[in-house]
Amino acid sequence: MESTSHRFPENARAALTNEALQSALGKLETGFVVNRATAAGRLPEFEALRDQARDIKNHTLAHLDYYLEAFEAKVIENGGHVHWASTAAEARQIILDICRTVDAKTVTKGKSMIAEEIALNDYLAENGVEPIETDLGEYIIQLRDEPPSHIIAPAVHVIKEQVAEAFHVAHTHLDPNRSLEEPRELLEEARAVLRQKFLDADVGITGANFLIAETGTSVIVTNEGNGDLTQILPKIHIALASLEKVTPTLEDTTSLLRVLARSATGQEFSSYTTFSTGPRRDDDVDGPSEYHVVLLDNGRSGMLGSEFQDMLRCIRCGACMNHCPVYGVVGGHAYGWVYPGPMGAVLTPTLIGVEEAGHLPNASTFCGRCESVCPVRIPLPNLMRQYRKREFERKLVPASTRAGLGLWAFFARRPALYRVATEIMGLMLRVMGGKRGRIGWLPAARGWTAHRDMPAPTGRTFQAQWAARRAVRPQSSKDASRRAKL
Amino acid sequence: MNTQTGSKPTVALFVTCLVDLFRPNVGFAAIELLERAGCDVSVPEAQTCCGQPAHNSGDAANAKAIARQVIDAFVGFDYVVAPSGSCAGMLCKHYPDLFADDPDMAVKAQDLARRTYELIAFLVDVRGMTQVDAAFDGTVTYHDSCAGLRELSVKKQPRALLSNVEGLNLTEMTGPEICCGFGGTFCIKYPDISNQMSSNKTEDITATGAGTILAGDLGCLLNIAGKLKREGSSVRARHVAEVLAGQCDAPAIGEEEA
Repeated sequence: MESTSHRFPENARAALTNEALQSALGKLETGFVVNRATAAGRLPEFEALRDQARDIKNHTLAHLDYYLEAFEAKVIENGGHVHWASTAAEARQIILDICRTVDAKTVTKGKSMIAEEIALNDYLAENGVEPIETDLGEYIIQLRDEPPSHIIAPAVHVIKEQVAEAFHVAHTHLDPNRSLEEPRELLEEARAVLRQKFLDADVGITGANFLIAETGTSVIVTNEGNGDLTQILPKIHIALASLEKVTPTLEDTTSLLRVLARSATGQEFSSYTTFSTGPRRDDDVDGPSEYHVVLLDNGRSGMLGSEFQDMLRCIRCGACMNHCPVYGVVGGHAYGWVYPGPMGAVLTPTLIGVEEAGHLPNASTFCGRCESVCPVRIPLPNLMRQYRKREFERKLVPASTRAGLGLWAFFARRPALYRVATEIMGLMLRVMGGKRGRIGWLPAARGWTAHRDMPAPTGRTFQAQWAARRAVRPQSSKDASRRAKL
Repeated sequence: MNTQTGSKPTVALFVTCLVDLFRPNVGFAAIELLERAGCDVSVPEAQTCCGQPAHNSGDAANAKAIARQVIDAFVGFDYVVAPSGSCAGMLCKHYPDLFADDPDMAVKAQDLARRTYELIAFLVDVRGMTQVDAAFDGTVTYHDSCAGLRELSVKKQPRALLSNVEGLNLTEMTGPEICCGFGGTFCIKYPDISNQMSSNKTEDITATGAGTILAGDLGCLLNIAGKLKREGSSVRARHVAEVLAGQCDAPAIGEEEA
């Protein structure tokens, strides 16, 4: 996927005036946010579980090589295959090569953000293999030819009228005058269309929420059951996942599952949690005859031991974006690449470079709501700040911003001079505010006064007034005696 | 240095740069409240700003230089109190991080962090204040400023004291904990996004029917008041300390002189 992250401000401006998008985004607070709070509130040990989830991920990351090799050994023992891909291009090639072993015409796909990251669909299509998304949201955006705008609700930006329109255009074999007004009608149509696709597919590709080292198992969580049909019906199942998805044991995985759905949708558990261990055995009633795991690095091993290692704890619940006030007004596409919201603001510069994605860690008020709901306690604002430091050090910050900051800091580091400067500035602002008490236009703060008034200072600076009061009589005798001691 | 004078704890007021420049009466209201709570209040002269603009812009050198200045200026007091969760959070949570690689400074930063409080949390949690001698005629709503709420757990304390203000009626917003869109330099860097967030906030405020919006951080209040005024709203904005200290004689933030 080609990045437009460098155009974040323009993307955001377009998003802010997109009425359908704004209408869709308005539902985040009343849906995901309320549901998560309810689910967390129902579980007295929820905060302790978050600590445990963080610790499990930290332990795994500290021994990542060991657990990855253990996972590989188990997969092979179970009759499966493990493929190591250090880049997106390698992962795409590995998957295409597997598809070619069975001369695949179509592949069904469960929801996978890693597939988005490596732009798998375009690559398969260019090479004569038709990818079919089977998650309803992914299916909708595939028809609309656009990327997901949310990591667990890919079509959260789409309203149902737009879904109906996409279905009318795509499903030309159906009665053009059929009703598609109700969500139920949309769901049933998608279900009917996708049923045949599941049966026809040669290869099924899913992501993985967890890879269990103890058992060589890949785990997916879905609410539609599409992932199960994707991985069970075709001859070949390919699980595509990034390195940090590995967990030590089944027990650890269930601990992580307890915080995942609650943080994501507010469910206690997703409708389907499916464990896939190797290909079909002789006495299994169903299952693929080949089971492949493609392990993608794509820059992640470079995060180990760096200030960004904490980001590798992420279990992709989406709570950070659901709670982000910036995401809540601009949506996911504005971020310009695969991963939006606070987790994207940290991960995107790591994966595609801070030069390209430098806006993302800056587009935050550091309100901290993301960190307060993260199930694995990733210090997201602090990681964004690390990127701001890197941008400042590399002089990627606009010269005007650096100059303004430098001027301010010059005074802020000289208290006596600062007191004089603020007195002068205060006086100027008071004159400009006049009797009205506020300023409607200030060239030096255009960004502020374009949208709001600037309240004017109400009098001389506090320090000036305080000094004047003390000159008449010390505010407190103790204060005066303390000053004498100093 | 012996700072304990009699039984009164010594408190240094960290005025904050916004209170110093834009709304000095919040500083005086803070002093009034601290003295009522039995503190001996001083205002160190060598203070300017907590350094957040530099820290949050990635300018570590200036952030550290300003932090050193603050650490030096506030040595020796029993407590350091700021009428702002954002600035107090900077001193409490971020100064120790800034000097993580400098053991000598880290010790000093941690010492300051241990002694530093947001004003209302200090009054309630440290000084045990439960009653305020204040009256306010009207309905208010309270915005939870992000840093105070999430870094310092300021949530119940202002509501507890406001419930004791005679004549005051508090009505909550749907999303009192949602950021107002100020974000320091964010509102200048991304004005359109900030504007939408501010509009969402003023819409929530207006829906409560309250005549006054209160908060504990002047940054948020300047933003909210500026937006309300631009929209032609009659809702007034004040720092919570003004109401608790009974010092509401000055015009509300961004209001005409009477």
